[in-house]
Amino acid sequence: MAQRPSVSNNRSPVLARAVSTRQAALDRNVLKEGPSLSRRAWRRFRRNKVSLVALGISIAIILFTLSAHLLSEYVTGYDYAAGDLRGNLQDPFTDDHILGTDPNGRDLLTRIAFGGRISLQVATLAALSILAIGGTAGAVAGYFGGKIDSILMRLVDVILCLPGLAVLLLVSTIFRPGPVALSFVIAVISWPTISRLVRSEVLTLRERDFVDAARVIGASDARIIFRHIFPNVVPIIVVWISLAIPGLILTEAALSFLGFGVQIPIPSWGNMLQDATAFYTRSWWNVFLPGFAIYLTVLSINLVGNGLRDALDPRLND
Amino acid sequence: MARFIVRRVVQMIPLLLGITFLIFALVNLIPGSPIQAFEFNPRARPEDIARIRENLGLNEPWPLRYFYWLSDAVRGDFGFSLINATSVTDRIVGVLPNTLILTGTSLLFALIFAVPLGVYSAVKRNSWFDHLVTIGSTATFAIPTFWLGLMMIVIFAVKFREWGLPSLPVSGTHNFRGGGDLLDRARHLLMPAVALGIVQLAGWTRYIRGSMLEVIRQDFIRAAAAKGLREQSVLYVHALRNALLPLVTLIGLTIPELFGGAFFIEQIFAWNGVGRLTLDALNDRDYTVVMGTFTILAVLTLFGNLIADVLYAVLDPRIRLS
Repeated sequence: MAQRPSVSNNRSPVLARAVSTRQAALDRNVLKEGPSLSRRAWRRFRRNKVSLVALGISIAIILFTLSAHLLSEYVTGYDYAAGDLRGNLQDPFTDDHILGTDPNGRDLLTRIAFGGRISLQVATLAALSILAIGGTAGAVAGYFGGKIDSILMRLVDVILCLPGLAVLLLVSTIFRPGPVALSFVIAVISWPTISRLVRSEVLTLRERDFVDAARVIGASDARIIFRHIFPNVVPIIVVWISLAIPGLILTEAALSFLGFGVQIPIPSWGNMLQDATAFYTRSWWNVFLPGFAIYLTVLSINLVGNGLRDALDPRLND
Repeated sequence: MARFIVRRVVQMIPLLLGITFLIFALVNLIPGSPIQAFEFNPRARPEDIARIRENLGLNEPWPLRYFYWLSDAVRGDFGFSLINATSVTDRIVGVLPNTLILTGTSLLFALIFAVPLGVYSAVKRNSWFDHLVTIGSTATFAIPTFWLGLMMIVIFAVKFREWGLPSLPVSGTHNFRGGGDLLDRARHLLMPAVALGIVQLAGWTRYIRGSMLEVIRQDFIRAAAAKGLREQSVLYVHALRNALLPLVTLIGLTIPELFGGAFFIEQIFAWNGVGRLTLDALNDRDYTVVMGTFTILAVLTLFGNLIADVLYAVLDPRIRLS
């Protein structure tokens, strides 16, 4: 940043004093910043007890799934794929299976941890890919307008009119994707919503003075988008991500449940539920557990998202 | 108004063309084909396979086949199943009513409960009732539909029978032996419709509550109250009518979601509908059936949007038809 020009050698002392007083006022009011946006947001978030508890549960679930390997090695002592058919569908706490066994006699606790890891990975990766596609498309459409805008937005219209789940089933049939590819497939079908959000935000930001100022200085379009506009869109994106991830977890679970998502032998909450459906008369526990894991995760991340929205929404800032 | 509707319908045509073309391209990218079953069959000679391919029209490039398909489809003919040569149109027409009954009932169920719950909790804002509704709807909204369906089967069919309570049937639209009357069909419909409707119910309740709260804050409500109208009439006549306006739009926009949910519910409850037809066809690589059901779903989605827009414009004179 350029040095602030000195005011001491101004010709008129009156003017000099006026300028320096003004400078002092500027120093007091602007340069001594209040708490940063994220700190203020955290303060507001903290006040919401429900969201705080939900945040705790979400973190616990994430840690639980991330430590799946450790869990299988040190706690349960079972591999997620190794089963004993003679001991299938056991109740919790029999034969040192803490949560019992699945229809193939595999340890449920181990599988829930590994399944959750896949589910969360797919959802997170999908959210990031959606952000990369939708965020960029929205920013470009909003910033440049004109032809690019109308082409991109027509594309958005078409994708929004597609029966989403059906197309996902179709694409999964074609490519038989692994977990990583699956998240990209989900992303390709789900980016329009965020791109519309980002676009409308960029449309208003584009007209603001600080963007004009940047352009006058000679900043390139890319620099204006990423350095000047993007930081202003971040709160919307954060809120959107935290509210989208539960939906993406559900999407993955739904696809896997129908047999079009994560493929066995890799466990995911969705295909574990599918495995259990044929046995619902014999073990309600096997049906209950994977679904409840999905439910708890989706609910708590949702509540965190609601808290974040209340804390970060710029429209609530006044 | 008429011009607005006509313009919207005309706008739908390129959209529908784009969607069907995209789906046709995707369907034809699926590796494996209906002939796959014969390809490794030692008793099928290569010339037989070539003949079948010829007969099914699969030897022509798919963009060309798209135009054949399109010219038939606009006349309501979606061709024949590649697996068992039944008419795709007939099969869709055969199962579509089941899906419509299921989704319609669940929507009705959701709305019947959601409107009073949402309105009353908005009117009694911050009361214990309001808190209960808010917590309940948030907790319900996160339930995965397919899990809910399964758990309902476990509880109301399996456990209830174990406990000697009256249990509900869990599969099909009616009993094949001696069933088929209205009561039997209603008993079969109850669980799938409720399972599909509960998540909707939670969403609607939250939405109606928010919409009602927004309307109550507006000037014309204060004006009505200042005029000396009874509170009941201000809330349930002036406010409610305006709060329910956006609902109309939302119902149109929920249609794809309902059909998406029907995929699982139909699968779980062995409900003979479009979702099951689609899943079976996808597994069989039955291109023509998949194309047919997807087109129907896309058309229903588009019409949902259209009806939502038109109704909104009709009901809310503040909307300008530009």
